Amino acid sequence: MGMGKITARKNFPLFFSPALILILFLVVYPIFQTLYLSFLSSSGEFVGLSNYSEILSRKDILNLEGFPKWPPLGALIHNAIWILIHLPLSMFSGLALAIILRDVKGSSIIKSIIFLGMVTPLIVGGIILQYTFTERFGIITAFFDTLGFEELSRTWTAYPNTALFALIFGSVWLWTGFSMIIYSAGLATIPKEYYEAAKIDGAGPFKTFRRITFPLLRPLNIVVITMTVLYDLKIFDIVFMATGGGPGKASTVLAFEMWLQAFRYSNFNGAAVIATLLTLLTSVVTIPLIRYMVRR
Amino acid sequence: MKLSKTAVILHIIAWSVAVLWILPFLGVFMASIRPFSEILRGWWTFDRFNPSPNSFIEAWNNPSFPLSRGVINSFIVAVPSTIIPLFVGALAGYGFARFSFRIKSYLFLTIVLLMALPQQSVVVPLFQIIVRLRLIDNYLSLVLVHSAWGLPWIILFMRNFFSTLPIEVEEAARVDGASDFKIFYKIVLPMSLPALASVVVLQFMWVWNDFFLAKIFIYEESMLLATQRIEFVGREQFRVNWGVLSAASIIVMIVPIVIFVLLQKYYVKGMIGWTVKG
Repeated sequence: MGMGKITARKNFPLFFSPALILILFLVVYPIFQTLYLSFLSSSGEFVGLSNYSEILSRKDILNLEGFPKWPPLGALIHNAIWILIHLPLSMFSGLALAIILRDVKGSSIIKSIIFLGMVTPLIVGGIILQYTFTERFGIITAFFDTLGFEELSRTWTAYPNTALFALIFGSVWLWTGFSMIIYSAGLATIPKEYYEAAKIDGAGPFKTFRRITFPLLRPLNIVVITMTVLYDLKIFDIVFMATGGGPGKASTVLAFEMWLQAFRYSNFNGAAVIATLLTLLTSVVTIPLIRYMVRR
Repeated sequence: MKLSKTAVILHIIAWSVAVLWILPFLGVFMASIRPFSEILRGWWTFDRFNPSPNSFIEAWNNPSFPLSRGVINSFIVAVPSTIIPLFVGALAGYGFARFSFRIKSYLFLTIVLLMALPQQSVVVPLFQIIVRLRLIDNYLSLVLVHSAWGLPWIILFMRNFFSTLPIEVEEAARVDGASDFKIFYKIVLPMSLPALASVVVLQFMWVWNDFFLAKIFIYEESMLLATQRIEFVGREQFRVNWGVLSAASIIVMIVPIVIFVLLQKYYVKGMIGWTVKG
């Protein structure tokens, strides 16, 4: 035993070093380099926070004149709207599906269908939702056409009032599988006896949900909320593909604006500002998840 | 067997949701197998129905952006981008599960935090590094970056898995004089095949589905990955050729879908183990 411990101590850096080298060089260093770049001018001089004030005063990022109003409201607000709509919709539909499907025959097929959105490349997801919201071709626009809603029967991605919402609803369709799978896994761990006991006590379905199901699933909420908000902050592919952030920036988001600044306008310092904002936002969002993981 | 009234209602709701959910996929599928003139009034109209594989052939052999090349390129990138972080991450995950040292918990927390970061957070300096290394239009850039970015979750996932393995076997081997590496390769890895399978499935899918990193590192037309070609295929000067674009979309998505259908168990285990169970 003693010998085993000595070899362990001598060898253990070798277990970590390949991973640490890759992570330090390609993840950690670029984070700090991004932060550093965000304080420099394009010629490399230190300019303090002036990149930040320049970026935050851009209409592409923050456009609140005359608020409340329809988009374009700026990428920062669009991401916020995204979270406000996408988080509750995908979370509750996933939870509802998980509960319903527990007692339904063929539920594994239904789950697989709903989960297709999660395995589909997001760039393809962008194509599919663009198609689904296109005038006459798409089933959603055709549906609103038969109901007589003229504005909603036009191509959603081509008009500023609807473009952002087409993307958000599309992302609900793509992402609901995630919360469904997580809650299903949680439901599977609840012993059947609890429900039998509740039945004997004469508890109805709502009381059972409130007293047994929901409290036992609660720890999973933090996982679903965190991962969903992270997804909403990182969203890029479907915006790029379905709308290109338009029309007139009405559906742009932070990740897309970052890409535009860096790779369309070669404004690496401005892009670094947006990237740093994204790092800060995602870090803040992740802290509760990490605390939850540490507590276990 | 007779179903109760609530059970019937639940079945109706569940299956209607399933139908609703699959409609958009059905739409692209119909657009890909039917001539454009037939879907002008919607793919759900069937007064004429002449399916053909023409759009698939056109997308696969597209003169400027053949999907055939894109699929091969994507495999060339995705295979090493899965295998490298699999072994590197399993090694580190094992280290976290079995060795103790002073800064371990801080190091571990940092790695978990890194898992959450968007690639957009770092892509500017990454691009500058890759330019300096002259690795633009070189798949090595994508393989390295995907490997590094896959590591945090693989380390977390494998560490959680290794912690559930009984330590006695490893201790017995150690008493017999086996080195740490020998124990890892000869004893621990063979016991970990299901967890390794989950890593392979998830990591492969993420790399395959990636568009953002490929867009930044690969520009040479013949080298574009499958996901990148979606941007160009089926775009004609004044209109979108939905047939070819839909066929291309299906070709790109069929790979992750087949993997999911065949290896669903590992995919779901990975997804859940990654987030729910620790």
